[in-house]
Amino acid sequence: MTKVKSLADLKAMREQFQSNLDVREKSNNQEEMVQIKVAMGTCGIASGAKQIMEYMMEKADGMKIRAVFIQTGCMGHCNAEPTIEVIVPGREPVVFGLVNNKKADEIFEKYIVNNEMVDGVIAINNEVADK
Amino acid sequence: MAKYKMHVLVCGGTGCKASQSAQIVENLKAALADNGLQDEVQVVTTGCFGFCEKGPIVKMMPDNTFYTQVKPEDARTIVEEHIIKGRKVTNLLYTDPETNEHVSDSKHMGFYKKQIRIALRNCGFIDPENIEESISRGGYEALGKCLTEMKPEDVIQEIKLSGLRGRGGGGFPTGVKWEIASKNHADQKYVVCNADEGDPGAFMDRSIMEGDPHCIIEAMAICGYAIGATKGLVYIRAEYPLAIDRLQIAIKQAREYGLLGQNIMGSGFDFDIELRYGAGAFVCGEETALIHSMEGQRGEPTFKPPFPAVSGYLGKPTNVNNVETFANIPVIITKGAEWFNKIGTEKSKGTKVFALAGQINNVGLIEVPMGITLREVIYEIGGGIKDGKEFKAVQTGGPSGGCLTKKHLDTPIDYDNLIAAGSMMGSGGMVVMDETSCMVSIAKFYLEFTCEESCGKCTPCRVGNKRLCEMLTKISKGNGTMEDLYELRNLAAVIKDTALCGLGQTSPNPVLSTLDNFWDEYVEHVVDKKCRAGVCKSLMSYEIDQSKCVGCTACARNCPVSAIKGDKKMPHTIDTAVCIKCGACIERCKFGAISIK
Ligand SMILES: Cc1cc2nc3c(=O)[nH]c(=O)nc-3n(C[C@H](O)[C@H](O)[C@H](O)COP(=O)(O)O)c2cc1C
Ligand code: SF4
Repeated sequence: MTKVKSLADLKAMREQFQSNLDVREKSNNQEEMVQIKVAMGTCGIASGAKQIMEYMMEKADGMKIRAVFIQTGCMGHCNAEPTIEVIVPGREPVVFGLVNNKKADEIFEKYIVNNEMVDGVIAINNEVADK
Repeated sequence: MAKYKMHVLVCGGTGCKASQSAQIVENLKAALADNGLQDEVQVVTTGCFGFCEKGPIVKMMPDNTFYTQVKPEDARTIVEEHIIKGRKVTNLLYTDPETNEHVSDSKHMGFYKKQIRIALRNCGFIDPENIEESISRGGYEALGKCLTEMKPEDVIQEIKLSGLRGRGGGGFPTGVKWEIASKNHADQKYVVCNADEGDPGAFMDRSIMEGDPHCIIEAMAICGYAIGATKGLVYIRAEYPLAIDRLQIAIKQAREYGLLGQNIMGSGFDFDIELRYGAGAFVCGEETALIHSMEGQRGEPTFKPPFPAVSGYLGKPTNVNNVETFANIPVIITKGAEWFNKIGTEKSKGTKVFALAGQINNVGLIEVPMGITLREVIYEIGGGIKDGKEFKAVQTGGPSGGCLTKKHLDTPIDYDNLIAAGSMMGSGGMVVMDETSCMVSIAKFYLEFTCEESCGKCTPCRVGNKRLCEMLTKISKGNGTMEDLYELRNLAAVIKDTALCGLGQTSPNPVLSTLDNFWDEYVEHVVDKKCRAGVCKSLMSYEIDQSKCVGCTACARNCPVSAIKGDKKMPHTIDTAVCIKCGACIERCKFGAISIK
């Protein structure tokens, strides 16, 4: 193991370890971050929700977007799985259906970054979605 | 390295461990492995979350779901429902007692809303046995900053400016204490962390050491740098095995990383820490007694001056601070005195950790800004009095403190206000009492504790407290007189004036403050021979209502001392001289004929 030989060493070490706690740090400040809820009902998992979540996590890291990914139960859009709900701070939650890697790219590059709408939005009643 | 998508934090504090939280961790890991999720979900044992009332606690991250009273057999459900299917396990969620709704995110729980966590910043968030998690949260950076960017005087100045006062009870300004120790020159000086925590019911310091031991190590090293000491000692009671364990692991890791030992971070500063075990005597928390105990002598206090800062451990300048005091230090260094200064009241800065106990809904560990009111603590954080009963008093400061009552509910809590109200901050125990508590008995409870714990060195404390205790016993037995009440006050004043150490000087406080605030109740005990709370057994008598008794003999057959007499089918009577007031008869009577008078 390497010894800490200076304050700079320690800071470098912090950088290195920090990502291990990322999930926890983020969960304390969810409201300030892009929240992406991935429906993980049986139907969601069957249609690849897990893979899409992993893809998006990498995408977010790559684009340096602070996002928190949360698995939720079935959102009731079983015909449009994988379904994800995206909450950008200050905007209303939006649900996207039939998300694949290409759609995910669009959601990140257009919707999250530029607030440009992309296809595939599922109209929802927000009050229900909030619960 | 695997990147975990989810973290499951399980409380591994002493309380939750006692309710099998280690088994929960095992079961979670097994269930994850069965589902091939061991690389996706990390299970972490952390320190105390504070919400001990509903422990064991399991917290899911990143969605911040807070599960309470989890049992080992729930682990599989959590994995299969929450982790695999993303459905919350509703029966494990916390239910808000007011709205009766499930609250899943701990941020929305009344218990956490008003809290500010400085000393407890990492408790319940990191794995205390893993130095890397501490470093990820900025651990040891304050030490690095001191060693590389600040002179010892600057460190002391910063602590002075922060307004931090000792959390061990006395409330002495920490920066001033460090300055005195730094100005006393000697070939060797010592930094001592007082982890004796002897107040009945207190577990603040234990939780900090169990949840974030690295912050104590870091702070002690900072103190060493500031005052010019190279050796640190933690005086900890042997009854805290888990805290000892975690401290030892932490010290070992810090040495391995070069954060303790020689030439720390290339600065030329050396510092190392050893543990010293106490046998759990209350008086050994007093700093001079503590030092004698560490030297292998009897744990008895000696007269101050000389203060430890002048002549302490082995006659060398020694700086003694409490665990929680130390826990604040790294944050003050990193965030600055000015930041810290903004929290709290004019003369009491920062936060205070309290152990909430007694007749309150949310028993647990809380950290609140100084200046918060008792009402906020009891009703908003504590969730009110148990079973909808009425609030009567809250005892703060343990055996050295006193009782606050309804009229103090809106007093901002800080060192000076508590003293003005006849109590004190103490180390942070807060015992909440409802209408079923008898204040004479409460005073007696604390006096019995001091009598047990008095070291016996000086007469006022050894004999005086015993006399106080005898008088209280007499009163609770119904044999007290009004003269006794006045004599209580006189004797209490003499003990306060003449006892040698803090233990004796403060031991009459529970008596004095109950006399002040509940005089009527004392008079009732003495004049009317009544205990309104129904606690003092000698003042109660059991009676059979002759018109309701049908002579079924159920009571007579169950009385363990045969105090009930009467013929079959005829009303019975109780011989009050024989009756031991155990209540067995009341439980048996189907006709509601027996009552307590
Ligand atoms: C009877 C008695 C018991 C004490 N017990 C403790 C204790 O358990 N923990 C503690 O930190 N201070 C205790 N103190 C206070 C210490 O003497 C000392 O003031 C304190 O450790 C100083 O640290 P601080 O300035 O950081 O509060 C006790 C004092 C007395 C008189
Ligand atoms: S006051 Fe009590 S505890 Fe303190 S020295 Fe005297 S006898 Fe001992």
